[in-house]
Amino acid sequence: MTTDTITTPATTTGPRTPPELRRHRPSVRTRVFRVLRQALMIAVVVVALYPILWMIVSSLRPDGHIFGNPSLVPNTFEVSNYTSGWNALGAPFSTYLLNSALVVAGAIVGNLISCSMAAYGFARLRFRFQRPAFVVMLLMIMIPIHVVIVPQYVIWAQAGLINTVWPLIVPKFLATDGFFVFLMIQFIRGLPKELDEAARIDGAGHGRIFCQILLPLMTPALATTAIFTFIWTWNDFFSQLIYLTDPNLYTVPVALRSFVDAQSQSSYGAMFAMSVVSVLPLVVAFGVGQKYLVRGIATTGGK
Amino acid sequence: MTRRRSGPRVRQETPDDKAALVFLGPWLIGAVVLVVGPLLASLYLAFTDYNLLQDPNFVGLDNFSRMLGDERLHHSLAVTFTYVIVGVPAQLVVALALAVALDRGMRGLAFYRSAFYLPSMLGSSVAIAVLWRLIFGQAGLFNGLLGAVGIDTSTSWIADPDTALWAIILLHVWTFGSPMVIFLAGLRQIPREFYEAASTDGASPWRQFRSVTLPLLTPIIFFNLVLAIINAFQSFTQAFVVSGGTGGPSDSTLFYTLYLYQEGFGAFRMGYASALAWLLVVIVGAFTLINFWASKYWVHYDD
Repeated sequence: MTTDTITTPATTTGPRTPPELRRHRPSVRTRVFRVLRQALMIAVVVVALYPILWMIVSSLRPDGHIFGNPSLVPNTFEVSNYTSGWNALGAPFSTYLLNSALVVAGAIVGNLISCSMAAYGFARLRFRFQRPAFVVMLLMIMIPIHVVIVPQYVIWAQAGLINTVWPLIVPKFLATDGFFVFLMIQFIRGLPKELDEAARIDGAGHGRIFCQILLPLMTPALATTAIFTFIWTWNDFFSQLIYLTDPNLYTVPVALRSFVDAQSQSSYGAMFAMSVVSVLPLVVAFGVGQKYLVRGIATTGGK
Repeated sequence: MTRRRSGPRVRQETPDDKAALVFLGPWLIGAVVLVVGPLLASLYLAFTDYNLLQDPNFVGLDNFSRMLGDERLHHSLAVTFTYVIVGVPAQLVVALALAVALDRGMRGLAFYRSAFYLPSMLGSSVAIAVLWRLIFGQAGLFNGLLGAVGIDTSTSWIADPDTALWAIILLHVWTFGSPMVIFLAGLRQIPREFYEAASTDGASPWRQFRSVTLPLLTPIIFFNLVLAIINAFQSFTQAFVVSGGTGGPSDSTLFYTLYLYQEGFGAFRMGYASALAWLLVVIVGAFTLINFWASKYWVHYDD
C-alpha cells in the first residue's frame, strides 16, 4: 500500500487511541496486523458458532444426510423435521413451550417484585437485626441448591404440590434469589438519598417513595434481573426435572431430555428441530436485552 | 424551622421496623421456610436414614462412614475434580486470550462480544447438551470432520469411558463468553497511559501483557476463578443429558451432583443425599477459602 495524503478515517483507530496518533496514517505493518487480526477473529467466531450453525442446518436435513456431514451449506429444507418433532412426544411441543413460558413469566414477575422490595428494605430502611439479616441474604447467594433441595422437596410433597408449577414459582415471590436482591441493593445505594428525603418531607411514606421514586429509576437493574431470570429459568433443568414428572407438565428442557431417551437413531432431524425451537426464545431475549445483559455480566459475573 | 427539626435526620434514628416487615416480609418467609429451615433440616437428615416414605431414624455417622467405602462416590469425586481442575483454567485462558485480542480498539467489538457470548448463554441448556451428544456420537459431526481431514474412525467419543468426560470439558471451555465479557470490562479500567509508557520504554506487546495487563487484571481473574470453580462443582445438566442420566459409560461422567441426584431422587436415599450435599458444601467452601488465602500471593489491588 502506498502512502498518500488523504487523512485516515477515524474509524480505523479505536475510540481510545490518543489524538496525536490519529494524525498519522497507520503504518503498513500496523494495517496488515489489523487485517490479520480481523481475519483471525472471524475464524474464531466461525469455530465458536459452528456447532450452533450445524444444529440449525442439520434440523433442515433428511435423517440419512445429517451424520458424518460437517457441511454448513443448507442444501435441503426438510421442514417435516419440525412437524414430526412437534408431535413426537405425548403432547404437541407447544404444550411444553407454554409450560416453560408460564414458569418463566411467574419467575420474572416474582423476582421483580420480591427482590426489589427486599432491596429497598436493605438499602433504605433501618431496622432491628439488619446486620444478621444481611448476612443471611449473602449466604443465600452462596449456598448450592443441592443442600436445600431435599427438605424443599419434602415441603412441596407434603403440601401436595409436586407436579405443579408452584415449587418453581413461589420461591421467586419470596426473594430466594439473593443474587438479584444484592444486585438491586447495590443499584439503590447508587441513587441519591436526597430524592427519598425530599419526598419524605413532602409527606410520602415508604410505599410511595419506593413505587413512585425509586422503582422508575431502577429500570436498568430491573431489566438485568428480568433477562437473567428469563435465561436461567428457561435453561433450568435440575429443579424442573425434580418437580415435574407428569409428561403433560414437562417444561421444554425436561421434554427435550425425554425426547433423547425415547427416540431411535432415525429421528435425529426431528430432535435437532426441537432443539432449535427450544433455544429460539433465548436468542430473541438475547437480541432484545443485550445491553442489559452485557452490563449485568460485567457488573455481577452472572453465567 | 420546626419542619427542619423533625426532618429526615431525626427520623433516621427511629428504626423503620414496621416498614421493614412489609418490604422484607416475603424475603423473610423465603429465607426461613425455604433456605435456613431446609439448611438445618438437611444437616439433620444427613445423620438419618430418611427415604421420603418413612420417618427418619437417627443413624449417627453411618452416612459418613458409608462414604468412605463408597466407590461410586470416590469415582464421582475424581470425575468432578478433573472437570473443575482442567475445565475451569482452560476456559479462563481462552476467555482471557480473546478479551485481550479484542481489547485494543478492535473494530466490530460489539459483534464479536455478542457472537462469543452466544455459546455461553446456550451452553447450559438441554438443547446444547443434546447437540453435544450427537456431535461426539459414533456418526457425529466430530467424526465427520476427522473424516474430512483423512482420519477415518468410528469411535463414539461419548461412549468411550476414556474420552466422554473430555467431550464435556470441551463443552465447558466452549462457554468462555461470559468470563470474556467480564475480562473485557476489566481491561477497560486499565489506564491507556500505562501502555504508552511501557511502549515508550520499548516493551514488546508480550512484555506489556506480562507486566501491565496481567498484574492489573489479577483481581478480575481472581473473581472469575472463584465464580467458575463454585459453578463448575455444581454442573449437572450436561453430564446428565450426555450420559442419558446414568453418568456412564462406566461412571466416567458421573458428576458429583449427578450422583447426588441418583441417590436422592432415584434411589430415594435422601439421608445419604443430604450427607453428600453437605460434603459438597464443605468441598466448595474449602476451595473458595484456599482461593482467598492464595490470592494474597498473586492478586494485586491498588491501594
